[in-house]
Amino acid sequence: MTEPTENGIENMETAPLTSSLASVAESAKAQREIATHSMGVGLEARGIHAWFGQKHVLQDVSLDFWSGTVTALIGPSGCGKSTFIRTLNRMHEFIPGAAMAGDVLLDGVDIYAPGTDVTKIRLKVGMVFQKPNPFPSMTIAENVLAGLKLAQLKIENRDDLMQECLERAGLWSEVKDRLDAYGGSLSGGQQQRLCIARALAVRPEVLLMDEPCSALDPGSTLKIEETISHLSTSMTIIIVTHNMQQAARVSDYTAFFLSDDGPGAMIEVGPTDQIFSRPKDNRTENYVTGRFG
Amino acid sequence: MTIIVKPEKPWASSPKQRAISAGIIVLALMSTYLVVLLTPMKGKLAYGLVFFLLFILFDFIYHTRLYGFRSGKDAIARGVVASGIVFATLPIFSILITVFIRGRRGLYWGLFSNDMKANSVNDPLNQGGLVHALTGTFILVTIALIISLPIGILTALYLTEIRGRFSGPIKFLVQAMSGVPSIVAGLFILAAIVYPITKSYSGFMGSLALTILMIPTIARTSEEVLLLIPGELREAGLALGGTQWRTVAMVVVPAAKSGLVTAVILGIARVAGETAPIILLTGGGDRVNPNPFNGPMGSLPFYIWKSFSVGTEESVTRAWAGIFVLLMIVLVLFVSARFLSERGKS
Amino acid sequence: MTSPEKRELTTVPRFSDKVFRGIVTGGGLSSLIILGLIFAFLAYQGYSVLRSQGVHFITGSAWQIVQDSAGNIDYAQTKFGIAAMLIGTMLCALIAVFIAVPISVLSALFLTFYAPPFVKRIMVAVVDLMAAFPSILFGLWGFFILMPSVEYWAKLIHKYFGFIPIFKLEAPVVTRSPFVAGVVLAVMIIPIVTSVSREIFSQTPLDRIQAAYALGATRWSMIRAVVFPYGKSGVVGGAMLGLGRAMGETVAVYTVLNIVYKVNWHVLLGAGGNVASMILLKFGEAGPEEIKALMAAGLVLFLLTLLVNSLADFIVNKSGSKGR
Repeated sequence: MTEPTENGIENMETAPLTSSLASVAESAKAQREIATHSMGVGLEARGIHAWFGQKHVLQDVSLDFWSGTVTALIGPSGCGKSTFIRTLNRMHEFIPGAAMAGDVLLDGVDIYAPGTDVTKIRLKVGMVFQKPNPFPSMTIAENVLAGLKLAQLKIENRDDLMQECLERAGLWSEVKDRLDAYGGSLSGGQQQRLCIARALAVRPEVLLMDEPCSALDPGSTLKIEETISHLSTSMTIIIVTHNMQQAARVSDYTAFFLSDDGPGAMIEVGPTDQIFSRPKDNRTENYVTGRFG
Repeated sequence: MTIIVKPEKPWASSPKQRAISAGIIVLALMSTYLVVLLTPMKGKLAYGLVFFLLFILFDFIYHTRLYGFRSGKDAIARGVVASGIVFATLPIFSILITVFIRGRRGLYWGLFSNDMKANSVNDPLNQGGLVHALTGTFILVTIALIISLPIGILTALYLTEIRGRFSGPIKFLVQAMSGVPSIVAGLFILAAIVYPITKSYSGFMGSLALTILMIPTIARTSEEVLLLIPGELREAGLALGGTQWRTVAMVVVPAAKSGLVTAVILGIARVAGETAPIILLTGGGDRVNPNPFNGPMGSLPFYIWKSFSVGTEESVTRAWAGIFVLLMIVLVLFVSARFLSERGKS
Repeated sequence: MTSPEKRELTTVPRFSDKVFRGIVTGGGLSSLIILGLIFAFLAYQGYSVLRSQGVHFITGSAWQIVQDSAGNIDYAQTKFGIAAMLIGTMLCALIAVFIAVPISVLSALFLTFYAPPFVKRIMVAVVDLMAAFPSILFGLWGFFILMPSVEYWAKLIHKYFGFIPIFKLEAPVVTRSPFVAGVVLAVMIIPIVTSVSREIFSQTPLDRIQAAYALGATRWSMIRAVVFPYGKSGVVGGAMLGLGRAMGETVAVYTVLNIVYKVNWHVLLGAGGNVASMILLKFGEAGPEEIKALMAAGLVLFLLTLLVNSLADFIVNKSGSKGR
């Protein structure tokens, strides 16, 4: 359940990359300073609980996500981070026996209100999964535009949209000559960026990323982190990660989750540099300094 | 921390939504009645078709108004998909009801104490019985089981325990064998044994044909069951110094016992009602014949077949009564197989 | 530096294990032996007819045994041809597949993606139970219950779609037509096609399904974008499996089909052919020479179903192992 060794290995391998990343992240953060307070709260979670069958897995999480910011959710495995973000776009309910309590407000409207069209919620709150999952029967171009087809949205200039999304996902230059190849022919990191481009094509307000780099090598991880930095100027991003260095590099805010034999709960949330340099809770401090987890 | 939060499922349909769905069904039913009343379309087919179309139309309108056209399209798809299971299961309910109603008329307790040696199928329904057919079917199936059980389980063991270089081809051949038409199995026994060697019909010949049909069922079900036995169990047996033979005999097969019983039951259910090879091979006698190697042997499918072929009212009622008994046997076998495999899973 | 030499890992099995493996392998090979024997004996018994009739056996439609005054068979005049029966077999089986596949695919979709768990449990059991029903039961039910309705449907089809060549009626006889047999066969193969399709659909990768939903798909657009491309070839394999079963079915077809020795493409006309039923029909009063012809017909049926089944198995397995 704990992965100190895994983190250790990742640290070693990503160390040379960190310096180059820092400059990218810094400039993006500077740009966002202005955006953060002018756009207001985009997504609010109020008192979220989650259950699988009788098992209470997440307890009373309240968290605001500001438009144009990146929020990282960190914590050991099984602390409810992934469950939490799946309640934010109603993917939680696909698991048999799942239940929840609390409200999630998107632009002030409860996404769990009776009579809500859940597919429209998922169009506004996109998601990128742990393992890259492009549709194998579709080409790269079709994959990017799959969301439009699935949601039956009409749009002009499909090619422009496709190019724009691939560019924003940082994949355009690598695939522009083989847009008719199948999605499965790409490398793991490219597939994941294809999935990001696919999520962007329906123009979501919020993008949820559930450990998007955990199945990727350090080089691909770097590319994805660059992509996140670019995207964060225009949308709200919530990223679950095991890798604390990654959280420190890409996020403006960090929330620390922990499960102490009982249901998982949020221990502390704050600006990322504060969480990593002077956390208020000593459990957070123990975790970020690598004493456990 | 004294506030207790109750788990909720906000995505489950609310009472209001359920009431609306029920309302749509009622509305469609009433409109169907009116449409059939006012137009020249008549009959069960018209009722079914009109109701189906109207229900889909109303559901489509409701969802389109609520969430837009693509939700309406989703509602149409749901209606069409659900109609599939209705069409698929309608026959089975029709069959069960028909057999129950028609078979009941031919049932009386004497069926289980008399045979047909003194009666013809045209005699009144309170004469004659099924004893010869039931004993015959029992003997036929038992012999078939005795032969096919070891062969079927050995095949399954080869596929799961030995995994030799023939595994792929054998899996393929077992599959191919399960598709052998039953009449071909009957012809084969005729060609290979009856004409060249015994030159006479007997129960044993019927059993041999049933064996061919039973082996694939037993082999495939057993294979599925044996695959569920975790590999650690085998390794544990081998690590204790057991030979492969002893591990399989003492660990693997006992662990799969209830599943193997399921395989046996499904195999019996597969052949108990098999008719075509029985007609070709057993000769179909009217009296109890306990000797499978000599003389014609009656059986339930043959009795049904013969009674049905005569075509008088009494004989057809007899056929339905026979079907009733056969269906009960199949039902009991099926339910016990289900019960065993459900219990094995938990 | 010399590279280390790989040591061969060998186990000498104990005697008891050798015996065990030998017996199990023997049992495993039984299916090969039985299928081989079926082929060999049917070919042996049917050989003389196949040789004397030649290719005419599967291209001709005449079935007549001519005897001279002394009661000996006149081999020059005697004709055995099963073309009408073969075409009839294919026709009935194809009708069955055309009716059964849409119903089965929809059922499988319902059971996999729509049904609440308890409905699913009950319906799966009901469909499996139907697969265990003996064919004589379908025969009687088809004859007494289904046939009158299907004849009525046949008249409706003829009335509204009679302009399509295969729905033409040369004579107003719709009783015991290939269409009726096809409907009965469709009912019989629905369970197997449904369970194969269900198996295939349930293997659709969950992460792809979730990806579609996360992009705002409705259930139906998810099925179209993810489930159908994944399960397409498996459903084709399931349909072939159903075709194989329908071609080999004997008793149920016998009860509802009027067998006529003439090639008939008009599915609504009460005159059809079927190899398996023909064997059952002729067997009762067949003399030694005719028995040989029936054996040859059985051989053709055996090879045909073997071919269709193998193809089906190949397609199902290929689609099952394809990139998950």
